[in-house]
Amino acid sequence: MSGAASLSVRGISKRFRGLAAVSDVSFDVSAGAIYALIGPNGAGKTTIFNMIAGVFRPDSGTILLDGAPLVGKRPDQICRAGVGRTFQLVRPFQALTVEENVAIGALTWTDDVKEARDYAGIVLKLLGLDDKRLSYPDRITLPDRKCLEVARALATKPKVLLLDEVMAGLRPTETDRMVGVFRKLNEGTGLTILLIEHVMRAVMALSRHIVVVNYGKVIAEGTPEQVTRDPDVLACYLGVEAVE
Amino acid sequence: MLSVLIIVLYFAYVGQAWNVMIGFAGLLSLGHALFVGIGAYASAALFVHFGVGPWLGVFVAIALSVLVGCLIGYLGFRFSIGGVYFALLTIAFAEFTLIVIDHTRWLGSTEGLFLPVSNRETVDLLNLRGSPVMFYYVILAMAASALVLCRVLLNSRLGYYWRAIREDQDAAEASGIHLFRYKMIAIVISSGLTGIGGVWYAFYYNNLFPETTFSTGKSIELILGTVVGGVGTLFGPIIGAFLLTPLGETLTVLTAGFKIDGIKQFFWGVCVAVIVLFRPSGVWPWMSTLLKLDGRRDGAKP
Repeated sequence: MSGAASLSVRGISKRFRGLAAVSDVSFDVSAGAIYALIGPNGAGKTTIFNMIAGVFRPDSGTILLDGAPLVGKRPDQICRAGVGRTFQLVRPFQALTVEENVAIGALTWTDDVKEARDYAGIVLKLLGLDDKRLSYPDRITLPDRKCLEVARALATKPKVLLLDEVMAGLRPTETDRMVGVFRKLNEGTGLTILLIEHVMRAVMALSRHIVVVNYGKVIAEGTPEQVTRDPDVLACYLGVEAVE
Repeated sequence: MLSVLIIVLYFAYVGQAWNVMIGFAGLLSLGHALFVGIGAYASAALFVHFGVGPWLGVFVAIALSVLVGCLIGYLGFRFSIGGVYFALLTIAFAEFTLIVIDHTRWLGSTEGLFLPVSNRETVDLLNLRGSPVMFYYVILAMAASALVLCRVLLNSRLGYYWRAIREDQDAAEASGIHLFRYKMIAIVISSGLTGIGGVWYAFYYNNLFPETTFSTGKSIELILGTVVGGVGTLFGPIIGAFLLTPLGETLTVLTAGFKIDGIKQFFWGVCVAVIVLFRPSGVWPWMSTLLKLDGRRDGAKP
């Protein structure tokens, strides 16, 4: 958890066999900010994440981390450049303990397994998972597995954290706890956060800036107040008739 | 008795080497006899044709095994051939090498390559010629070293990375792990260790035939002990070898009276099937919980 970095997405597009999943999406996340990416299911949010994280290469457009291009790099290189990500469907290393899972992340910046495990302990404590350190991922609850996913990403000491629906399926109190953790991280270390989220409670509590996508295009951008009043946004969420 | 123990240790050693790929990094090789064969033929040919002893030959054996391992690894990992398809690639390489040696006069082709056996009494450690007792100590040292090496590897950053790759490649890559590099390291270490095993194999048996060295059946024989003992554990290959080899020997004695062809293989197969059915993750994980040993340190799920 070191420093902050800005993330610029400039005109990225991705087609899957002729289907335009993402078309010409641009936005700038300033260093130390918390941005939310929202939109209906299938809008292309996760595809945007996968392009930032290097899983897919955009057909066109550029992505810059503090001005340095990310397009063309492998996911592991992008991770080491300072972009941590979580997966929408949690993907823990099943045969490794919770602590070992998180230590894998820390091993990006240290060769020393003990140091990595110690750091994993610190991150787990921060997320309130330290009592599950020696458990296996299939023995802990879904909210805890979501936390584990975040912990593993945080252990890589990212400058930008991509969170893909980490609050989905959490109870309101758990959501609030997670929101508290992210706010603390953001304020304490200046960690830049970009989150995909459906849980509006979390979006409104965390982000000062929201980007709304639908059918692979940015349809609105601005503060929560601006976005929630935008007719296009209301149309895509509530249907056109409801607005008219 | 000693000869059984020697075979046990040999299988424990090569099982350990194979385990580095499948058990640690999740890379399934079903052609590991290839590396035994390369090591065996390389060192034997050097000894037979040039009088080069095994201690020098072993470096050539390692180099050749690793070279072929790298070639397989490059093709497999560069083009993201995973799982069963990667296993097919390893089988293909083993079969291909079998055919090449079948047609190479210099390596004895189908008639076999024989090492001169001058004595069985005096111990000539320098040329690895001598009594079974000497071979016993050599393979014991090799099996012990392999165990120590694997333990160190498994608890290092490399071991953590391998296990992450084994569990979930995409998540591993997202955690900053360069998949290609760490898979290549796994196949390099595994093929190199197996190649050393091949050198021992050549000098212990003194005769090499392509069919009995490189066949897929031979590869399966190499890995069965580890499968039964527990893939991905440190002691699995050892326990498996100690179970299967004596089982085979016992069955040979027990079924000798029946005079029915293949009856031993039949019972052996039944026994292995029963073990695998009842302990699908291997005998060792079950044993270690029974003995209240912490199996977690081996990287195995209890």
